[in-house]
Amino acid sequence: MHDVYMYVAVMAVVTYLIRVLPLTLIRKEISNVTLRSFLHYVPYVTLSVMTFPAILDATGSQWSGGAALAAAVFLAWRGFSLFSVSVASCAVVFLLDLVMA
Amino acid sequence: MSHKQNFVEGMRDGIPIALGYLAVSFTLGIACRNVGMSALQAGVMSISNLTSAGEFAAIGIMAASGSYWEMALSQLVINLRYMLMSCSLSQKLPHVSMLHRMLVGYGVTDEIFGIASSRPGYLDPFYVYGAVSIAAPAWTIGTCMGVISGNVLPVRIVAALSVALYGMFIAIIVPPARKDRVLALLVGLSMASSWIFSRLPALSEISSGMRVIILTVVLSGAAALLFPVRQKGEDVHA
Repeated sequence: MHDVYMYVAVMAVVTYLIRVLPLTLIRKEISNVTLRSFLHYVPYVTLSVMTFPAILDATGSQWSGGAALAAAVFLAWRGFSLFSVSVASCAVVFLLDLVMA
Repeated sequence: MSHKQNFVEGMRDGIPIALGYLAVSFTLGIACRNVGMSALQAGVMSISNLTSAGEFAAIGIMAASGSYWEMALSQLVINLRYMLMSCSLSQKLPHVSMLHRMLVGYGVTDEIFGIASSRPGYLDPFYVYGAVSIAAPAWTIGTCMGVISGNVLPVRIVAALSVALYGMFIAIIVPPARKDRVLALLVGLSMASSWIFSRLPALSEISSGMRVIILTVVLSGAAALLFPVRQKGEDVHA
């Protein structure tokens, strides 16, 4: 193995540059409507792609993952807070795994 | 709203992130331990990188004594999605100084990006700092705990906590999608495409980081062309 801290330094520099360059280089509001719309839609697509189907594979079984997804969508739809939705989906997995085990 | 209020709200929204991070970083710590890293080394890696997929990949490269170039390239590919996120966030920080931009850059994780982009209007950097102040220590401490203790958290608790971040993502995307059918369609289409990418034999070879980039560029691009947004948060079709 090479030096661990050298590896860590390389990783940290590359990852930080990826994150910070767009923030420091794009300092104005983009006036182009298409580009601005693109950036407006980015979070929705990104978060959706990261959530599904990953949530089904995150727990021991697809059932508990699926139930957590259903509970989260229901509560979010009803306007519950970020924290409540998140904790409720954990609780659903915990209880289902207890019952089904 | 004052900086202090923003900071406190960031801390509040950082709690579910911290819960999810504990579960993931704990697993990460166990992986670090298995390749012979110390708790200090793993902790330094986590606090300086604050990224899950990148760190998991890095452990493999370290164990295989890969070159520093290989390490740099793997991080570039795996973490490239943050560039898209930062581009999107840049539009919420129009009147913010260079120093704040450099500090916010540290905190652009999938999850903090998620909560930051769901803030109405412009983003106060202090909101991000509040979230980071809760989430980054959780990520780091979880990693160290995983190295030191191995399997100390019950499997059931880890399984339950592992959906915390997904539940949070749902809480971010569902309320706006409920009010806007273009967003609802886009969310449904994104999830369906992601499912196809993860399950079809040839497409499932593509790493999850690349999948996020490809689908984000294609689907957000299509949505931007078909349904351009004229004003901030006010769509032309609405």
